[in-house]
Amino acid sequence: MAMSGVLRPGLVQIRVLDMAAALIHYRDRLGLDVVTTGADGRVYFKAYDEFDHHSIVLREAEEPGMDYMAFKVESEKALDEFARKLRDYGAEVSDVPAGEQPGVGRRVSFMTPTGHRFDLYATADLSKDGPMVDNPDIWRSEPRGMRIIRFDHCLVYGDDIDGTAKMFVDVLGFKLSEMALAPDGTTPIAIFLTCGMKAHDVAFVRYEGKGKFHHASFRLESWNDVGHAADIMTRYDMSVDIGPTRHGITRGHTIYFFDPSGNRNEVFSGGYEYYPDEPVRKWTYDSAGKAIFYYERALNERFMTVVT
Amino acid sequence: MDGAHNIEVDDGGSFPCAPERNVLLAMERCGVAAIPIGCRNGGCGFCLVQVTSGKYRTGPMSRRHVSKDSSEAGYALACRVYPDSDLSMRRATQAERLEGSIGPAEPPSGYGNRK
Repeated sequence: MAMSGVLRPGLVQIRVLDMAAALIHYRDRLGLDVVTTGADGRVYFKAYDEFDHHSIVLREAEEPGMDYMAFKVESEKALDEFARKLRDYGAEVSDVPAGEQPGVGRRVSFMTPTGHRFDLYATADLSKDGPMVDNPDIWRSEPRGMRIIRFDHCLVYGDDIDGTAKMFVDVLGFKLSEMALAPDGTTPIAIFLTCGMKAHDVAFVRYEGKGKFHHASFRLESWNDVGHAADIMTRYDMSVDIGPTRHGITRGHTIYFFDPSGNRNEVFSGGYEYYPDEPVRKWTYDSAGKAIFYYERALNERFMTVVT
Repeated sequence: MDGAHNIEVDDGGSFPCAPERNVLLAMERCGVAAIPIGCRNGGCGFCLVQVTSGKYRTGPMSRRHVSKDSSEAGYALACRVYPDSDLSMRRATQAERLEGSIGPAEPPSGYGNRK
């Protein structure tokens, strides 16, 4: 079987300052469906083309940011194996019981050298509103808002990205698809990792301090849908970082914007298909602008420094 | 602008701001560059200011960047300040801005560089 071990990004739990404002943003503007609200106030969402119970969890808190991102692995046996490997590697690992989130089985939680928490899980209930499987129409009912297909990836900022990338590659079997280098030509300042055939499933950028959240990204079907998302952002006066534009890295079409708590979101379409025998694509420091924003060919300070 | 209040930023100029509009957005719409613009939504701490005179309301702000104590001392994120009178304010220094951040108050390197 071509894909094993870690299958894909499964879910992300994001902190918001004001759930009422967040609902308008994630449900009405992005067009995610509210699956359920937990007794503790957490709200669970999914995109129309996702099979599993949910993919986005919002938790109201006094500081925005990312609580954790979780990857789905192929089996309970693989989950046990990853837990053992992470412990052997020296990672701080803890067990999260099934049902901590509705519809999601037990999770294995670990901390990275960059101070981020990631979880792994193997079991999730199928959503009753997931994509059709018998003579499937392209959707059950027409997608709303920005017409997001699925939760795609996260990019986070922290200090020891070398250590974190090594953990993802050596222990979890991720592949390094692409990186951007410091002026010395060897030190990575941005690392893009994939566990499947997408150009990236998680990315790390070097930054002083630990545990910072740069963005959660949502997949759209097309460049046309990126334009439609931009129309929605202007119509509803949403806070935009940059775009529509394109990345050199991954080649994806993109807009970066902010949720009502200042967490950066991305809508993203395209990107190349990655095969695990491909060489690592590299960007030198003098091309960092083109790497991140292919059309502007320059970085904006907000993209580089604004995090939650 | 009817009912707008005048916002004066130390060494940064002034601009009008309606009571229902936040100070940062009013500044940006007037083409004034007196306060750094980050997420515009109370999360990143880039637009930290200290209001030195005037009355205002605030919206939800990250406690990492504005603690209860600093809020009482007039600190606020400009994107979450709604004026009830003319306001005077000053930009927070970089040290003040980074106080609430994780890690040392040093400019980050690489892609996180504040040049």
